[in-house]
Amino acid sequence: MIRKLLVANRGEIAVRILRAAKDLGMATVAVHSEADRDSLHVQLADEAVCIGPPAAKKSYLSVAAILKAAEETGADAIHPGYGFLAENADFADAVVAAGLIWVGPSGEAIRLMGDKVSARSAAHAAGVPVVPGSMGRVKDIAEARQILMDTGFPVMIKAAAGGGGRGIRIAGDLAEFEAAFPQAAAEALAAFGDGGLYMEKVIGNARHIEVQVLGDGVDAIHCFERECSLQRRRQKVWEEAPSLALSPRQRDELCASAVRLARAVNYSGAGTIEYLFDDATGRFHFIEMNTRIQVEHPVTEMITGIDLVAEGLRIAGGEALRIRQAEVQVKGHAIEVRLNAEDPAKGFAPFPGTVEALRIPGGPGVRFESMLYAGYTVPPFYDSLLAKLVVHAETRAAAIQRLTRALGETRIDGIRTTKPLFLALAADPEVQAGRFHTRWLEGWLDRNAGRLTPEPDP
Amino acid sequence: MAQILSPLPGTFYRSPSPDQPPFKADGDAVAVGEVIGLIEVMKSFHEVRSDVAGSGLRFVTDNEDPVMAGAVLAEVS
Repeated sequence: MIRKLLVANRGEIAVRILRAAKDLGMATVAVHSEADRDSLHVQLADEAVCIGPPAAKKSYLSVAAILKAAEETGADAIHPGYGFLAENADFADAVVAAGLIWVGPSGEAIRLMGDKVSARSAAHAAGVPVVPGSMGRVKDIAEARQILMDTGFPVMIKAAAGGGGRGIRIAGDLAEFEAAFPQAAAEALAAFGDGGLYMEKVIGNARHIEVQVLGDGVDAIHCFERECSLQRRRQKVWEEAPSLALSPRQRDELCASAVRLARAVNYSGAGTIEYLFDDATGRFHFIEMNTRIQVEHPVTEMITGIDLVAEGLRIAGGEALRIRQAEVQVKGHAIEVRLNAEDPAKGFAPFPGTVEALRIPGGPGVRFESMLYAGYTVPPFYDSLLAKLVVHAETRAAAIQRLTRALGETRIDGIRTTKPLFLALAADPEVQAGRFHTRWLEGWLDRNAGRLTPEPDP
Repeated sequence: MAQILSPLPGTFYRSPSPDQPPFKADGDAVAVGEVIGLIEVMKSFHEVRSDVAGSGLRFVTDNEDPVMAGAVLAEVS
């Protein structure tokens, strides 16, 4: 059992975790940078410790400062949230080595799933379909030609040491490939000091569908899928569950594959296995596993009634999984939108500032996950997520209607937010019909960005 | 003495990336429109261009320091 939980994060997720911990009767500790003294997570925790200057590297990413705060306050567990140190295996190991409970999977599981090549091998070994391509580094052009028989074109050449979209080339035919392969190797060597390459088939117009899992290190269950195809610059902006794209049989296969992988890596806590789903072929392909709680977890909570953060805390405290697979049932439809401090009328430029007045939406089926309060100054040093508006209703159409209603109630005066984007998307016939893929939103923005004007100031 | 002010709140960086040399060193000449640093605001990066010309640039904000909009980044003589 956890007695006192330290939350090694900030913003809305720190607030979310503190609430779950308090619901379970735990004492709570917040940590914060000098820029976050006035933040809501500091106000809501039983105790708060300043761990350094505004720059994340010197505060929220400082393992030494966080462990010191745990020691000083007598915390017996650390929850990393998402981002910052959440997928840092060395931090997970350091927490355990300090004699504390780590809320999440083992450092070993984080390491295994954090490396693209080993994650892909683990998925393949667990019988999870992966995107056709190389099983690890490609030795030479001769091996590459063999792999092309499986992938076809277009094909992606990726630097093994790259990441975040860097070090990627796409070849449309054999001639392009033969030219690009040696160039990519030379570039990777220059950019990353490692010329290793791997190859992956390009899946055009795919949907992003992910499966929520919960494990206790021995057993694992799934809590169905979320669809997160509406993305801008590979960042999700709108997430929903269930996905309209899956047939019942496809859903069963997808979710069963996620459970197999979670069990194979002895997964503990809440995690997400991400896939690309190809409407044209009806096939799904493993992309990666996120070994942490995700931003969009409330969507799953709304349709299943499971508190994923609380379950993660119980499991970390030593309890076995309390929920059996057959007990996880989907009810209705949920949608989450991310209200970011960005001005959609100006190319989504960041917009830090002070919240002059705040009106939070409410009523049935509405949940507002946020660290905002009237008078709060949003610091410019961290990410731009201000609030997640989550709605739940019997059907998808009713959920979209409710989203429009709740957005209308929401006012965050003094800061430009992405609210106009979601009002426009909710009214779009393609969105209403669920006809989209991961690159759909960027095209839509090229055509519609001019309409996303902010509300007039009151 | 002219000043170069930060157009945005955020974190000030003097070089394009951690493994590259700074855009400008103390004592360098600067022309109108030249980039003297970057401001990171909510994980996006914005170039800071000088709106003055001069022969002696002197930074008063250090690399990776937090700044508010309007803060003096450098002075130009």
